[in-house]
Amino acid sequence: MSLNIKDLPDEHLFTPGHTACPGCAAPIVVRNLMKVFGKDTIVYAPANCLLVFGGTYPYIAWKVPYLHEAFENTGACISGVKRAVKKLGKDSLVVGIAGDGGTYDIGIQALSGAAERNEDVIYVCYDNEAYMNTGIQRSGSTPFGAATTTTPVGKKIPGKTQNKKNMAEIMRAHEIPYMATMSIAYPKDFLRKAEKARDTRGFRYLHVFSPCPTGWRHDPALSIEMGRRAVESGMWTLYEAEYGRITDIYKPKRKIPVKEYIRDQGRFRHFTEEMVAKLQEYADHKWKQMYGSLPEEKPE
Amino acid sequence: MVVTGDYSAAYGALICDVDVVAAYPITPQTFIVEDFSEFVADGLTDAEFVKVESEHSAMSACIAAQAAGARTFTATASQGLALMHEMLFVAAALHLPIVMPVVNRTLAAPIGIWCEYNDTMPERDTGWLQVYCETNQEVLDMVIQSYKIGEHRDVMLPVMPSMDAFILSHTVEPVHAPSTDEVADFLPRYQPQAILDTSNPMTIGSFAPPEYIQEIRYQSEVTMQKAREVIQQVNDDFAQTFGRDYHGLIEEYRTDDADVVLITMGTVTGTAREVVDDMRREGKKVGLVKLRFFRPFPLQELRRVAENVEAMGVYDRAMSFGSGGPAFIETRHALYGLDIPVVNFLAGLGGRDVVKEDVRLMFEKTLKAAKEGRAENETVWIGTRGVKP
Ligand SMILES: Cc1ncc(C[n+]2csc(CCOP(=O)(O)OP(=O)(O)O)c2C)c(N)n1
Ligand code: SF4
Repeated sequence: MSLNIKDLPDEHLFTPGHTACPGCAAPIVVRNLMKVFGKDTIVYAPANCLLVFGGTYPYIAWKVPYLHEAFENTGACISGVKRAVKKLGKDSLVVGIAGDGGTYDIGIQALSGAAERNEDVIYVCYDNEAYMNTGIQRSGSTPFGAATTTTPVGKKIPGKTQNKKNMAEIMRAHEIPYMATMSIAYPKDFLRKAEKARDTRGFRYLHVFSPCPTGWRHDPALSIEMGRRAVESGMWTLYEAEYGRITDIYKPKRKIPVKEYIRDQGRFRHFTEEMVAKLQEYADHKWKQMYGSLPEEKPE
Repeated sequence: MVVTGDYSAAYGALICDVDVVAAYPITPQTFIVEDFSEFVADGLTDAEFVKVESEHSAMSACIAAQAAGARTFTATASQGLALMHEMLFVAAALHLPIVMPVVNRTLAAPIGIWCEYNDTMPERDTGWLQVYCETNQEVLDMVIQSYKIGEHRDVMLPVMPSMDAFILSHTVEPVHAPSTDEVADFLPRYQPQAILDTSNPMTIGSFAPPEYIQEIRYQSEVTMQKAREVIQQVNDDFAQTFGRDYHGLIEEYRTDDADVVLITMGTVTGTAREVVDDMRREGKKVGLVKLRFFRPFPLQELRRVAENVEAMGVYDRAMSFGSGGPAFIETRHALYGLDIPVVNFLAGLGGRDVVKEDVRLMFEKTLKAAKEGRAENETVWIGTRGVKP
């Protein structure tokens, strides 16, 4: 029995009045996750947009206990909280919510350690494909060619020269009890996975694609649409795995060209046909990698 | 029991009934994590032991666990302490009374594993209490006292008792070990006031604007100042309960009628005591101050000693390049306005032995400064190849 949107409680545990940019996917991710996780949850956020838009003392959007320590240590902090909670005879859910920078790059060590120890926690990565809080610098998650403030479109080098790191697969290789990739453009799938993570024991990793109108330079009204196009183009895949074995892959009904995904985003505006082709090659490769073993569905 | 300094530290954590330990091994601290692992494996404690993947994570996890209401413990040395640097500020500013023995080991480069204080000295501005131990007994006793001092309502600060690499960490000495029950009477359960608890949600460590941060810094200073009194109280309570008196921030030896006094830290103090006795027999009126706490720094105590002597020598096992040894810098600050020569001695860096002749030389140079009313050289490097002391 999976949750329906209408089953979610009205009460916000991450309240309105936070200061995220209009159209930001991150607070949608956080608000809805918290509705699934419930009141008996303790949250850790490292340095990122969420830390800042979630509250500047004395105004805090969190209605559950909330801790911040630093940037690179989410895996360690949620381990520490959970061990203490356990030792003190309680069973609160402990959740860390980090950005892609705090996950793919500076935080990968603490994350990997916590996953390997199979700490009884949920680690959430909201992936907006750059260091947004510090002003849109590239991360290991930034896709090929994207313009960021540290991969500017110069006369010689046009944007990022490397592909996005496959972080979800790195986490799957940890063979943890549960991992899933998600998107706010697919709310039913989102809620089901959040619920599954909540009800699983041991280390759970949720990786949510999180459009950022400010960093990606798209219309704030298009954030959900960007999430959908990412999946339909093969730039993002929705799947889940238990102990390293993939248990479900969502295959979109149609495949759209990458061009359609990047069209409305300023970070790709400088793309030449050659660059489009290179990104298309990446998306095709991912598509084949993820859906290759599935029977080809007839386009509607 | 006859045990190493490392064992004393681990045993201290055991009898203080810590809830959560998070630690990462580094020579010469390794025995501490190994010994504690054995306590857990043998069922002597039901503490949660988080075997983290780095020291940065060790401190992060301890902060998190302490914020959730647990009594926590970790230990490190040198490179590991440096890796924790960022998190040390967090532990102190959040007023989380974590206890972390540090085995003083030289910080690279060149990489070495022997005693130097260039690992803990750079951390003196993080808001942690720092105390330097002379014996394995003192290591054990200071782990117990550290919890009692740090957890005191008026203090609520983390404490770093430290010991000299190998000289204590790997050397066995007879140590009297109080029982868990005796310690439980002396050290009541940790009673935190603000914790991460879903029945009373609160935020710990949020983003804060300039309107608030300065007051938080001020509070850290107020609690650090209050720690002076609490250290003395806890020392006296401890002495009464367990019969061992460490005299608080400093310990004096034959200073009463001394013409000159030398300030030492850690194990060199033991050597210096013997030198004092030797020189006293020769009729030289020398005395010794063991500088125990470096934070809070014993400003009044050192000044009181200095008021009755003609010169002071300060031994340092670390250098603040471009200024002087940290103990020297701070002692001079304590003595400001007193018109006596103060001489800084650097020796034993990188773990080089400091022997009786070295300490005797320190006293002789200080006596000479007293006689002449000024120090010929303010900074004296002892036992350094190619450098005349
Ligand atoms: C050790 C350390 N290095 C650098 C920073 C500066 N910093 C703060 S947030 C951030 C980027 C966060 O990016 P990400 O994790 O992707 O989250 P986002 O801001 O995009 O939501 C950086 C570089 C820091 N706080 N700590
Ligand atoms: S910069 Fe991007 S991720 Fe950060 S709050 Fe704004 S829209 Fe959200």
